[in-house]
Amino acid sequence: MTTEYSDAIVVPSKQAHTGKGLGTGNPADAFVIEPPRKRTAKTPRRTRTNFEMLAWLFMRLSGVVLVALILGHLIIMLILDGGVSKIGFAFVAGRWASPFWQGWDLLMLWLAMLHGANGMRQVINDYAEKDSTRLWLKGLMGTATVFTVLLGTLVIFTFDPNI
Amino acid sequence: MPAGTLYRGREGMWSWVAHRVTGVLIFFFLFAHVLDTALVRVSPESYDTVIQTYKTPLVNLMEYGLVAAILFHALNGLRVVAVDFWSKGPKYQKQMLWTVVGVWVLLMAGSFYGILQHTLISWFGK
Repeated sequence: MTTEYSDAIVVPSKQAHTGKGLGTGNPADAFVIEPPRKRTAKTPRRTRTNFEMLAWLFMRLSGVVLVALILGHLIIMLILDGGVSKIGFAFVAGRWASPFWQGWDLLMLWLAMLHGANGMRQVINDYAEKDSTRLWLKGLMGTATVFTVLLGTLVIFTFDPNI
Repeated sequence: MPAGTLYRGREGMWSWVAHRVTGVLIFFFLFAHVLDTALVRVSPESYDTVIQTYKTPLVNLMEYGLVAAILFHALNGLRVVAVDFWSKGPKYQKQMLWTVVGVWVLLMAGSFYGILQHTLISWFGK
């Protein structure tokens, strides 16, 4: 007797998601659920980059660098030489006279802002269920991030101790 | 609460929650911090005026809280990196979390005087 599944073809088990069977002869194999990331004809081409993987990698690499940059920043600013007492315009002028500390602060600014913005992107994606809400929140957050990064960069490069 | 509606993810879930909360807090502080530092481009006086608020007892205490959030986020972030890249990371994730908590407590205790010295000296003298 021929069943409606008689046309099942033998495929390796790693291709079970094709829904064409596992080659076991079990008709139920035709109902294997497709993995969520299977590409279909409707998958937009622009998602065919590794953006999410690169974002994942960036979080880890920037995170490790930021641990060193920020812990150094906190120890110098909040603990050494009387803690927060010493901070003032003159103290900033003294530090930014050195290209080393300018570079330190510039790298810290860029990495921390991008690390934080990507984290916020994930939080928004997780909790804002409506498409338009998600778009607005990410647009607002992205605009604020670009503004803050550019402002901070401008301040570091154009700082004038004799203002 | 009806049974079975609360996800009991234990250490893994709660460290994830704490990582999120501290991350969002730090990000919002970062905006404020870049803006206050930008005042060095306006005038020394305006910068010094705003920095004075960083030296009040309440804000000084908030700086200790900021360090608490940053230290947890940093230490737990290193744990996340270990879970992702170290072959035995997932197996030891709980032990690593308790290590993170232990190191965090030590660093917080060790930095208490250093960070709050400004307020402590103004209250009690040297």
